Amino acid sequence: MLHIVACIKQVPDTKIIKMNPKTNTMDRRTAPAILNPYDAHAVEEAVRIRERYGGTVSVLTMGPPPAVKAIKKCIEIGADEGYLITDRRFAGADTLATSYALTKAIDKISKIKPVDLIICGKMSIDGDTGQVGPGIARRLDIPPLTSVNKVVEIQQEKGYCVVHRKLEDGHEVIQSSMPCLLSVEKTINEVPYSPFPNMLKAARYEPHIWSVDDLEDVDIKQLGLKGSPTIVSKVWAPPKPEGGTMLEGSPQEQVEQLLSIILERKELFSVKEES
Amino acid sequence: MDFQDYKGVWVFIEEKDGVIAPVSLELLGAGRKLADKRGVELGGILIGENIKSLAATIFEYGADIAYVYDQPIFKHYRTESFMKALLDCSNKHKPEIILFGATSTGKDLASAVATDLPTGLTADTTELDVEEETGLLLASRPAFGGNIMATILCKKYRPQMATVRSKVMKALDPQPGRKGEVIEEKISLKEADIRTKVLEIVKETTKKVRIDEADIIVAGGKGLGSAEGFQLIHQLAETLGGAVGASRDVVEAGWVEHARQVGQTGVTVTPKIYFAIGISGAIQHIVGMKNSGLIIAINKDSEAPIFEASHYGIVGDAFEIVPILIEQFKKAISREEVSHVREV
Ligand SMILES: Cc1cc2nc3c(=O)[nH]c(=O)nc-3n(C[C@H](O)[C@H](O)[C@H](O)COP(=O)(O)OP(=O)(O)OC[C@H]3O[C@@H](n4cnc5c(N)ncnc54)[C@H](O)[C@@H]3O)c2cc1C
Ligand SMILES: Nc1ncnc2c1ncn2[C@@H]1O[C@H](COP(=O)(O)O)[C@@H](O)[C@H]1O
Repeated sequence: MLHIVACIKQVPDTKIIKMNPKTNTMDRRTAPAILNPYDAHAVEEAVRIRERYGGTVSVLTMGPPPAVKAIKKCIEIGADEGYLITDRRFAGADTLATSYALTKAIDKISKIKPVDLIICGKMSIDGDTGQVGPGIARRLDIPPLTSVNKVVEIQQEKGYCVVHRKLEDGHEVIQSSMPCLLSVEKTINEVPYSPFPNMLKAARYEPHIWSVDDLEDVDIKQLGLKGSPTIVSKVWAPPKPEGGTMLEGSPQEQVEQLLSIILERKELFSVKEES
Repeated sequence: MDFQDYKGVWVFIEEKDGVIAPVSLELLGAGRKLADKRGVELGGILIGENIKSLAATIFEYGADIAYVYDQPIFKHYRTESFMKALLDCSNKHKPEIILFGATSTGKDLASAVATDLPTGLTADTTELDVEEETGLLLASRPAFGGNIMATILCKKYRPQMATVRSKVMKALDPQPGRKGEVIEEKISLKEADIRTKVLEIVKETTKKVRIDEADIIVAGGKGLGSAEGFQLIHQLAETLGGAVGASRDVVEAGWVEHARQVGQTGVTVTPKIYFAIGISGAIQHIVGMKNSGLIIAINKDSEAPIFEASHYGIVGDAFEIVPILIEQFKKAISREEVSHVREV
């Protein structure tokens, strides 16, 4: 039976976030915490694979305790189990330290039930890098497959799967040995409304919660802020553009002015004379 | 780790069907500035099959050295094989900085390489600078959905790595005949050692929308009200011979396909003329079009932030202004101020 782990993250909804203009920090009160929208597609794809081939879907997240809510959301989508790793020592992690911690958690999950497939979202809307997925794959020494927009088949017995990777002008069909890690595009599926029994299950569900001490062979120096090679040195508000000329007069007059402005660039509108 | 051992700025050169990706040429331009400031050489890494001849091109665009891995095993991009070549090259020649285009290939490769080295990797950079004395790379990018800009540093590891968005850096004008040094490398890697296989490459037959190549873009926003209202944008684009662009809200509403979305999570465009019609001008939209040659905004709200990002603005109802514009433009054509409208 397949065991699929989907990595998910709870994020502030950056669409409606308000920034403190003095400190350039997020005002967290204005931003509700949601399941990273890309990760909902990762979980949905894991659930669809389970429906085709049978097996178990576990979700894994690293984050503060309220991230339990994001796990419950994944149970609503159809995940079977949820794991939260949470500890002060994880805090401030960049993508390298995040992939390290998640890999240690996957090692432990594998001991409960060997893992065949890992699925990540394309990116998180707050970290916004898409680097964590391939990072986990390298640390586990399994193939990373990014930009996946279709899972064609999974041959667990034979130890391989076939997927489509999106390209700029089409897609490529890739066969990969398993286990492997997929980072999936939003277009891979649509996440439907959750069925009622899942909602009930989610309401009662209590995820496994682990601290650093619950994980094995952890090098503390590679965790959190300490284990992060990148640091944020400066933040500032994006420069406001100057603004140009407002055209005045009646609509007719405004359009006439506009027309003379764009027709100064007449060459854009004409084809070169054929010779 | 002795930082003294790490010298030079590198650009990963992305290539497909014998053509170098524009972003790689842009990065050679940006990398040239960094290398000059540090007084070091600019290298380009070419990995592929039958790609050696591209070295001449990268020299013309500013590189001093081309590191070339030309082997059949690199026929198709695959993370594992390309990563092995890049790790080999980096461990041998020890660059101080490696830049990648923030394309799907560039991001995929950079993430894998950074994990193995290991080192820090800054994603989707839009501004690059380097400290002359220390060689510290200052990589800045929009963060938290574009609400702020942040400068990311990697102080304790070398090389320093960043992926950089397309169309924000400028390629140098090529200098025909400019020469450099070719360093040919090889790795021993058997097909059987690679765990992924490219079974097939499928090109989409429908003509792919590439608005980033258009000279004129007519972009519409939520202000057009509905998919029917958005037809006005199509009409103007057709009249002017431009491409149709859109804000994210329009794409999410399903009025046009995602390939037309301009902005942080869409494409970055730099047309000669950009029309923003019924677009409020959220920062995530602005970052994708602010470098356009001439920006014209039409919006009925005089306070809309889009006006601050535009060269010319008209406060008015798109449904009133645009039809007049179409009619007047057509008249101008018939007065032969404009010879023929280009086909798109
Ligand atoms: C992480 C993140 C990434 C994002 N990425 C992108 C991105 O890549 N691209 C992008 O565009 N957005 C992006 N957004 C969304 C962005 O924040 C805005 O929500 C979006 O750009 C707004 O689209 P709009 O201007 O069409 O709509 P609105 O903000 O609703 O603006 C509509 C405008 O139309 C005007 N209007 C109404 N009626 C008329 C009329 N009859 N005539 C003329 N004007 C009229 C109104 O005055 C208003 O200014 C992103 C957001 C987040 C959080
Ligand atoms: N803290 C986290 N916990 C679990 N998964 C994560 C975490 N951060 C990132 N991921 C996964 O990695 C993907 C890419 O995230 P990012 O590299 O931050 O853009 C996300 O879509 C998730 O699948």
